[in-house]
Amino acid sequence: MKRLTPRSLQTVIIVLIAVGLVLMALGGYFNVATRQAGRAAVSAQAWLSQRYLALVDFLTVPRDLISLRRENAQLRAEVARLQGQIVQLQQQVTETEILAALVNFARTNPESDYRMANVIGRDPSPFLHYVIIDVGSSQGIRPGMPVVTEQGLVGRVEAVAAEAARVRLITDPASQVNVRLQGSETEALLIGSITGELSLEMIPQDVTVQAGDVVLTSGLGGGYPPNLLVGQVVTVRKFDYELFQQAVIQPTVDFSRLYYVLVITNFRPVDISPLVPSP
Amino acid sequence: MWEILLSLPVLGLALMLQLAMVGRVNLLFGSADLPMLILIAWGLQERVRWAWVWGLLGGLLVGYVSGLAWYVPLLGYLGAVGLAQSLRRRIWQAPFLAMFLVTLTSTLWMHGLSFISLRLAGNPLLLGDSFDLITLPSVFLNLALGVLIYPLIRDLAAWLYPSEVEA
Repeated sequence: MKRLTPRSLQTVIIVLIAVGLVLMALGGYFNVATRQAGRAAVSAQAWLSQRYLALVDFLTVPRDLISLRRENAQLRAEVARLQGQIVQLQQQVTETEILAALVNFARTNPESDYRMANVIGRDPSPFLHYVIIDVGSSQGIRPGMPVVTEQGLVGRVEAVAAEAARVRLITDPASQVNVRLQGSETEALLIGSITGELSLEMIPQDVTVQAGDVVLTSGLGGGYPPNLLVGQVVTVRKFDYELFQQAVIQPTVDFSRLYYVLVITNFRPVDISPLVPSP
Repeated sequence: MWEILLSLPVLGLALMLQLAMVGRVNLLFGSADLPMLILIAWGLQERVRWAWVWGLLGGLLVGYVSGLAWYVPLLGYLGAVGLAQSLRRRIWQAPFLAMFLVTLTSTLWMHGLSFISLRLAGNPLLLGDSFDLITLPSVFLNLALGVLIYPLIRDLAAWLYPSEVEA
């Protein structure tokens, strides 16, 4: 039998110790020790990781601040641009709604030809209720053409330049429109005033006029086409000692918010001045 | 000569602002008259020349655009400039007082001319209503706006006519 050399003996002892340690570990003899060692290792790892991250932060945050500021400025500019777009789109929606209403009006009244116009200003004199529109003789606009919106009668073209025209509103003190009351089919005269209030004159005493009666153009006199909506009767003033009744009219058109109008281009006013006897 | 050329963009811009904005800002039924205020403030400047040409151009511009008879703004603005020029040497130490005085007088003058011409044209305006509802509010608005306009026009005049620096 061959004798064990010291080297082989050393190897056998190490293997036996290792197997013994493994068996003791499997038997749970090292649990407390491994738990403590693991906890210490995790703590050390966490400490090291935190310090490393802190160091990375310290080295990289200034660069991030600059980029964040730049990004913030870009986002602010983007927000401002988008807010501007929202305002623009809201305005376009409003304009589209108005234009759609005007188109709808034109479709439901196909007997007339229309030309859409923007209201671009008001007369410089506060004594006059005129507006200025952005179409003129170049677009076929002529003096005397009636002007309407989808809500009703606005006025009449009074003067024309190449690219603009002046429209006298029916609220002007010098405006006179021949109208009729829809219920009673009575003719009357619609007159403006400096306050913009519309009144109905020359209503015969024997006619019953009530608040809410609808007022339409009659077409008499040739100044306006018939059956354009003007407004509604608000109050009636009737005295037995007067020849005629009077009524206050609420116009259907909101003259303070007049942005777009339609000019009726196929209407030619009749000039009846030669037929009016001179005094 | 170039101060005359400058009158066209200044008065043109004033007229555009009047039609689009100032005319829509109403107190009762009156409104301010921006071209007239500019002409008055211009006429009150000490070193300004050719102010009457500004008045002439302003009157013609407004007369062309307005439904008023063409001569009403012309006479009204020339009167305003004439009054401003005649007062500028007398009340030179109190320019705002002169501005107020000329604005008040010119508004009454302009509205008086407008009223007379419209009545002559058959417009059924009532004097009392016109004065209470249009003229008085317009005077107030013109005085208020004049406070803003005068310094602007004074700066414009100082830029056009720089004062000589004494040695």
